Amino acid sequence: MDNQLELSELTLSKIDEVIPKYPEKRSAALMVIHLVQDELGSVNDTACEWIADRLGLQPINIKELVTFYPMLVQKPWGRKHIRVCRTLPCALRGSYATCKTFEKKFGVKEGHVREDGEYSLEFMECLADCGQGPVVIVDEKTYENIEGERAEKFAQLLTDGKLDDSEEFTSYEDSLIKLPES
Amino acid sequence: MSNLPKERRIILKNADDPSYSNQIDCYVRMGGYENLKKAISMQPEEVGEEVLKSGIRGRGGAGFPAGMKWKFLDRKSGKPIYLICNADESEPGTFKDRQIIYKDPHQLIEGMMIAAYAIGAKLSFIYIRAEFHEGARILNRAIEEAKSHGFCGNNILGTDFSCDLVVHRGAGAYICGEETGLIESLEGKRPNPRIKPPYFPAVLGLYQCPTIVNNVETLCNVRHIIEMGGDEFSKIGKPNNTGTRIWCVSGQVVKPGYYEFECGSLTLGQMIFEVCGGLLPGRSLKAVIPGGSSAKVLRADERFSGTLKDGTEFDWGLEDIPLDFDGPMAAGSMSGSGGIIVMDDTVDMVEAMANVNAFYAHESCGQCTPCREGSLWMRKITQRMCSGGAREEDADLLLSVANQIEGRTICAFGEAAAWPTQSFVTKFKDDFIQKASSSEKPENSTLQLI
Repeated sequence: MDNQLELSELTLSKIDEVIPKYPEKRSAALMVIHLVQDELGSVNDTACEWIADRLGLQPINIKELVTFYPMLVQKPWGRKHIRVCRTLPCALRGSYATCKTFEKKFGVKEGHVREDGEYSLEFMECLADCGQGPVVIVDEKTYENIEGERAEKFAQLLTDGKLDDSEEFTSYEDSLIKLPES
Repeated sequence: MSNLPKERRIILKNADDPSYSNQIDCYVRMGGYENLKKAISMQPEEVGEEVLKSGIRGRGGAGFPAGMKWKFLDRKSGKPIYLICNADESEPGTFKDRQIIYKDPHQLIEGMMIAAYAIGAKLSFIYIRAEFHEGARILNRAIEEAKSHGFCGNNILGTDFSCDLVVHRGAGAYICGEETGLIESLEGKRPNPRIKPPYFPAVLGLYQCPTIVNNVETLCNVRHIIEMGGDEFSKIGKPNNTGTRIWCVSGQVVKPGYYEFECGSLTLGQMIFEVCGGLLPGRSLKAVIPGGSSAKVLRADERFSGTLKDGTEFDWGLEDIPLDFDGPMAAGSMSGSGGIIVMDDTVDMVEAMANVNAFYAHESCGQCTPCREGSLWMRKITQRMCSGGAREEDADLLLSVANQIEGRTICAFGEAAAWPTQSFVTKFKDDFIQKASSSEKPENSTLQLI
């Protein structure tokens, strides 16, 4: 194969594992793209060619997916990627103000990556947690009711690297982890 | 206070119990997978018959009876049959499936294995939206647990019945919630929906094979239908509106959240003013979208009258609309995915419209010209109106664009994009016309929606 893609053994083995789960190889396209993007941060043309080759497809069959789906990207986001929900229920609870606060606090306009690559901000469509808006996702964790002064505080904790230790902001995912029954 | 019924949690019975976890031991301790055993001891047709008798209607949006959907399955083709769980949960205002996936995944797996047994599927998929990163991990973990206990995979419970279950992640596209778009996506293609006929999934679905696509909540209900029996289940709720529903309330109420009630047991007014603690202090109700952002908006001071399917006449205010499938439908809207979005008097309706239009313009797959172009123009017009460029004729222009989308597209996205505009513009026409002479927002409002 001509095109080279630096992927870890772990990712390669996950790719090997996922393809045979489907009756037709092409069905694994999205899952393989996810695995590649999870490791490399984006899916560029070389990656499209590599994936296509792996699945017996043409590169365009992969590229047309990468360019269609909002969560697939051809250039990587920042080291910390922050998503704010834009859609009506979150907007009704102040998500536009939250997004503006974040633009200021993180020094990056929505839809962009900060020059030093540290942060990127995305004003996204519905994240399906509308009852606790504005909803914010940092990398893979979901935070609820991030509005007004809470948004300022949230951004500050995140930039200080103290968000994970904060008791005030527990992610939806972390709140599911329960203490063992005594 | 009216006589408010209690929440009746069937699907969410255990989800928020602090002593409950999403692990299999906990689920089994609460009687989990007993109904899979019961179902497998029955003939597959009998299981389907119970689901038909239960009267359960699909919880994803269209409200089509699930048992009937299963009946349409082409069993004679000789091709493999597939079951797909639609866990894309993408209708704005809806956040119920998330609670099941994260907190009680085994309930879904049990429901799916029962459904797979009934329809004869040997391979099933859960199509989950990519934003649920941890949700996909939880499901995969749960599937491994279920397999090691013999509840999923090969020779389930020591019988000849085998069915594998694969979690497939989407990548942030709303259109993948449409069942034929979902199927295209699962085939590794762009999710452009297919035209019906001929591509009814029950006949020509995944890989052109017979396929059943059901919503998460619907499939969970299957487990309870088997537990109670179809007849008994059909006594919950009201005729033609059986079972419970998980209503998701968002927007400007004191206690937004998800609430499970028997269908038709309370009104929209009780939901907003009692269950959800009413509006924020000093506010008054302006509008409600009753079934996810695609549903037509209801105006707070509107009257709804007519005759129900059973012949009874009704004359309702917004607060009187019964929360079931038929109530919001009789009021000219729909209960859709159960997402109730509440707007108070601080909302600028033109901005709210612009917000909704931006969503549909972003999410149109672009396959059909009326939808691709129309949704874009509706976004541009409303955005211009909110940036000081409103004209009196914009209301009619918007309506004409929306009317040229409705009924002219391959899938129901066209309607989903047109209905908000048609209803907002017609019901709040004064607000749209007034925008031309004054760009002022409602009094004291600092809320920005676009």
